[in-house]
Amino acid sequence: MTLSFQQILSRISFSVLAALIGICFALPLIWFLFAPFNARAELGLEIPSPFTLKNFFTVFENTFAMRGLLNSFIQSIGGVVLVGFAATLAAYALSRSDIPGKKSITYLLLLFSSVVSGSAAMVPIFLIVSKLGLIDTHVAVILVFAGGLLPTAMFILRDFIDGIPKSYEESAMVAGASSMQAFRDVALPVIRPGIVVVVVWAFVNIWGSFLIPFILLRSDELMPASVAIYSFYSEAGTPIVTLLAAYALIYSFPVISLYLFVNWKFGFRFFGGIKA
Amino acid sequence: MKNFSLLSVRAGTLFFSPAAALVGAFVIVPFFWVIFVSFTNRTLLGKTALNPEFVGFDNYVALFNMETFFTRGQFGFSLILTIQFVLLSALIGQALLGMILAWLLQSTPKYVKVFSESAVIVAWILPEVVIGFAWFAFLDYDNGTLNMLTTALGLEPGDWLLDNPFWVIVFFNTWRGAAFSMMLFNSAFASLPPSYFQAADVAGATSFQKFKDIALPLIKGHVVTDLILITMWTFNVFTPFLLTQGGPSYRTELLSIYTYRVAFKDFEFGKGAAVGVVIMLINLAFALFYLRIAKQKHKGAE
Repeated sequence: MTLSFQQILSRISFSVLAALIGICFALPLIWFLFAPFNARAELGLEIPSPFTLKNFFTVFENTFAMRGLLNSFIQSIGGVVLVGFAATLAAYALSRSDIPGKKSITYLLLLFSSVVSGSAAMVPIFLIVSKLGLIDTHVAVILVFAGGLLPTAMFILRDFIDGIPKSYEESAMVAGASSMQAFRDVALPVIRPGIVVVVVWAFVNIWGSFLIPFILLRSDELMPASVAIYSFYSEAGTPIVTLLAAYALIYSFPVISLYLFVNWKFGFRFFGGIKA
Repeated sequence: MKNFSLLSVRAGTLFFSPAAALVGAFVIVPFFWVIFVSFTNRTLLGKTALNPEFVGFDNYVALFNMETFFTRGQFGFSLILTIQFVLLSALIGQALLGMILAWLLQSTPKYVKVFSESAVIVAWILPEVVIGFAWFAFLDYDNGTLNMLTTALGLEPGDWLLDNPFWVIVFFNTWRGAAFSMMLFNSAFASLPPSYFQAADVAGATSFQKFKDIALPLIKGHVVTDLILITMWTFNVFTPFLLTQGGPSYRTELLSIYTYRVAFKDFEFGKGAAVGVVIMLINLAFALFYLRIAKQKHKGAE
């Protein structure tokens, strides 16, 4: 196909415009690309000379910073295990059993979960957690996230399981398997990719969250990295930029690598529609 | 075979119960509890922390007190600010920019596409605190990248967070969330049959004509979905707090940040809960609208 002059012109202007928008989006992050590798980094944009990993070693030696990462990890893993476990069982029940009203259950759960947002429910969540005596514990953060993420997780997994032919488990049961065996040995291995997606999604959500740990936790020993980073740059006058930039990059690493993993394995679409 | 059930009702109920307990305790109970608390004068500290009194609609009357309604730092100011924020940063910013990007990137060379797409998506996937910190550095008056650029272009450096905090959070949120709309419209455009556009090419249509007359009418459903979802998210977003803490002097205090301040800084739980109820009502309207459309679409697909 030959292109007319006009078409070539429009293609070039499209590319220039798209590249310009891309550059505008990259601008606020360029500093963040260099500062972690600069031993003398300040808030100004400066290409490090020499490139150094010294800032990262300083972070690794800082017990408060490392404890923050560990706390993020504890809360994320705890939440993910709970969400993965409860969502798989519940989604299987919603797809395969005849519990009454399962259509309206799904509908209601979705409705509730979109109405009860963190900003609307921070007061009662705080009150419930205090009533349970769980203020300032990892368990509080884990339970609150599990409850909040479960409706979406169940919905995704139920759709996934609905797409699997029932005949898989039926033939196993005709061959004499119990329904538990059919679930564990036949259905579960087929559902696994769906569970991986839900688990990764839940992990990224909890790992990156700020508001819930910010209101439920008080002691420094339990703060996840998100709250630690925030208090570093917002409270303490001039922040120690070198340490903080390196720390923020380390903290971002799991999210970026999980994103690349999901993108490589399943493509965009899964991630696209379901970010809370 | 009709009664052959893979999972008995009893087993199904058992399977469902852990999730039901968690969602019940941390989603459904809060929903009712926030309504209850909003009718009390509960505080975080002091006598009314232990023995809150029932005060009827007092909290709501205080919120909608017309004498102070529009004053900075009051409910009405935050509500209007949030509506402006949603209109400018979500509906105009994210959706329009995402749409333009998705359309442009269809016909750009691969390396431009990969670069621009990655830049937009990175802004979206990084944890919110990291984004807050990056923008804190970006906007710094003395050394920040933005003022470096304005000075290089011969313009005055600006103290953006002090002089134009509202526009900062509008641009901030547009930047943060455009990726979702871009990806949604991207897949919407990709689902259109290429033959439609080839026919238009033969007729000599310009790109804008193809967009307006072929693509846009066909992806109307996607547009509605996108607009509702980003409206709901932006309406509830707390992330600007990480950049401005709602200030200076309440000028970026969105409803979510207002709730936080009233409940956890001023310790007025009853009033904070009343704000929460208003937020939930608005969420409910959007969610019902969305679920209705999603249902219709589902039926249409069958």
